Amino acid sequence: MARIMTGAQIVVQALKDQGVDTVFGYPGGAVLPIYDEVFQQNDIRHVLVRHEQGATHAAEGYARSTGKPGVVLVTSGPGATNAVTGMTDALMDSIPIIVLTGQVPTFMIGNDAFQEADTVGITRPCTKHNWLVKDTDRLADTIHQAFHVATSGRPGPVLIDIPKDVQFADGEYVAPEKARTSHYQPRVKGDIDLITLAVEAIERAERPIIYSGGGVVNSGDRASQLLRELVAATNFPITSTLMGLGCYPASGKNWMGMLGMHGTYEANMAMHGCDLMLCIGARFDDRITGRVDAFSPDSFKVHIDIDPSSINKNIHVDVPVIGDVGHVLEDVLALWKERGSKTSAGGLDAWWRQIDAWKDVKSLAYRNSEKVIKPQYALERLEALTKGRDRYITTEVGQHQMWAAQYLGFEEPNRWMTSGGLGTMGYGLPASVGVQIAHPDALVINVAGEASWLMNMQEMGTAMQYRAPVKQFILNNERLGMVRQWQELLHGERYSSSWSESLPDFVKLAEAFGCKGIICKDPADLDDAIQEMLDYDGPVIFDCLVEKHENCFPMIPSGKAHNEMLLSDAAMSDAIDAEGAVLV
Amino acid sequence: MNALHLKKGSSKHSAYDLKNPLGDHLETHTLTVLVDNEAGVLARVIGLFSGRGYNIDSLTVAEVDHEGHLSRITVVTTGTPAVIEQIKAQLGRMVPVHSVHDLTVEGASVERELALVKVTGTGEKRVEAMRTSEVFRAAVVDSTLESFVFEITGTPEKIDAFVRLMVPLGLEEVARTGIAAISRGT
Repeated sequence: MARIMTGAQIVVQALKDQGVDTVFGYPGGAVLPIYDEVFQQNDIRHVLVRHEQGATHAAEGYARSTGKPGVVLVTSGPGATNAVTGMTDALMDSIPIIVLTGQVPTFMIGNDAFQEADTVGITRPCTKHNWLVKDTDRLADTIHQAFHVATSGRPGPVLIDIPKDVQFADGEYVAPEKARTSHYQPRVKGDIDLITLAVEAIERAERPIIYSGGGVVNSGDRASQLLRELVAATNFPITSTLMGLGCYPASGKNWMGMLGMHGTYEANMAMHGCDLMLCIGARFDDRITGRVDAFSPDSFKVHIDIDPSSINKNIHVDVPVIGDVGHVLEDVLALWKERGSKTSAGGLDAWWRQIDAWKDVKSLAYRNSEKVIKPQYALERLEALTKGRDRYITTEVGQHQMWAAQYLGFEEPNRWMTSGGLGTMGYGLPASVGVQIAHPDALVINVAGEASWLMNMQEMGTAMQYRAPVKQFILNNERLGMVRQWQELLHGERYSSSWSESLPDFVKLAEAFGCKGIICKDPADLDDAIQEMLDYDGPVIFDCLVEKHENCFPMIPSGKAHNEMLLSDAAMSDAIDAEGAVLV
Repeated sequence: MNALHLKKGSSKHSAYDLKNPLGDHLETHTLTVLVDNEAGVLARVIGLFSGRGYNIDSLTVAEVDHEGHLSRITVVTTGTPAVIEQIKAQLGRMVPVHSVHDLTVEGASVERELALVKVTGTGEKRVEAMRTSEVFRAAVVDSTLESFVFEITGTPEKIDAFVRLMVPLGLEEVARTGIAAISRGT
């Protein structure tokens, strides 16, 4: 009983059968047949963005906050090329999104037709996989496969390019359960021999550390539960990458804060000095390792990752366990308990005393001011005033992003959406819209810098149209703060093009969009202003004028090791000798 | 305030000058990759090599299973041991890739390349070219009064040697297929 439909109907039916409830997109000539079908149904909600890049980031926010894949629908040519940044972002951060692009009719491909681009060619390196569908009969099958590829193994973006004549033509619809099974079936269970080696390492470790990452979030809630169970049962200290924040609660007693370039002193020193590193769903990124030949020199390293190409890519590990974090942790815990739940208690006590001494350095301390709002203070107040609420945070990219990671506490996974691998300025606002669409009643805040925010500010229109009450908390230092910081530290204080000239009046801008604008520049007014933002039922643009020359610390300068952190401006100016700030 | 103690005006970077810590001892490996024979699959593989800065010394591809829509890619690549491992892992995780085998480490294998070699000349040079081709068991696949096209099959080293000998005898052009390889035994 073949079901014959048009290609456009097949697209909509396949999305419904895949459980899609929301599509972020922007119409154009080459996707009009699909938009016509979208118009004639009510199961899938279409969210009209203001720029295709916004659609991809919104889909990422949707995906990251729900654990479900995000779906994007855009037209050919510029529609597809505008989506490239978002797909690259999703590839770097392993976010499952399905991008459907229109294409010129098959008989015009290669003719330099209007709004033609070689979409599969352009997006080949920025997708996990992509398809050009030239036959309507293959369309349903391809869409189902695309969902499988995007969500299995290491998740990522996929793209399906659909020529307009394929959308009009009739073809057979195939339901997901009838679709061809893909040979792409990444292994999820870890090798038990390697897991045994990992368990033995846990039993004998005297200075262990758990270094978790975004793979725990991707693995699902169960993985976070198991991680928490492992930490509680072993009493091992735990740190996390930027992408993994929330898998272990920030209020948990074993939490050491984020590690890496702007991680805490205790986390980085413990990474450097540990004798066992349990890397769980992270990939030894250069922001984490610093100088690789001085990275954690004396540790036995266990690496759990679903992607075989992550193993030994940057750092050689002793025990590589290829598999899904949830499955592997389940086996690790079961085996460790079966063998008597042993740890080196004496060693651990001494290790915790050492960690507590490092914690006493208080690497996140900063010099507050009564005259000007310090960005760290702004985030501490935001944290205090939103504590206990079902809160989702997105960020743009730069200093504010690192401060948000340092000063906001995440208690659950999927509550923190940020562009980690690609570092895409302009990510946060559209991502916040995507999160809010997925969680209409939740508090969604985009912690932004003014320069990043301007990159996709058109998406305030989307927020207004769909009544997404996103709060845009802009730490405005009138600088490209992180660029400025690097120029200060590494480029002889030549501030080349790193200030924000001719900024808009954000309050008037908010009024122009029809939402609420708040400006705050006095620390004394900050709490009331933040409360006003939180109480307002609708989108808010909050212009928080902060200290212009604040640097983000602690910092491992690139090319330096974990134990060569810079702690603070204060340390540098007090010591006068800059060498004094480079703690060894 | 200059934390790295760099002179004002200095443009010294730090991370970019670091040496590759994985060592620079190079190895050449022959990999065979079984892939779905679908549009763009070769571009994907080549794009992986160029995008990640891996070397391709030789690459051949052809369909080997029409029913199963499978093609076999033989790629010879050079890199440090760590890079070779990365290449295999990166190839292995690609969606259309069914299997990756490193013939250089997985037991004995046979590697062959085919070349078509055009030589022009008359008189003693022509006779010498013919004589040499017999030594190398090259076949004459085209002949005029002033030219031969030889077909020669063998290891790349054998073909290199043959081509070198043809240079003084009137070598005109060479077409080489690149290496096809298969493991020995069962």
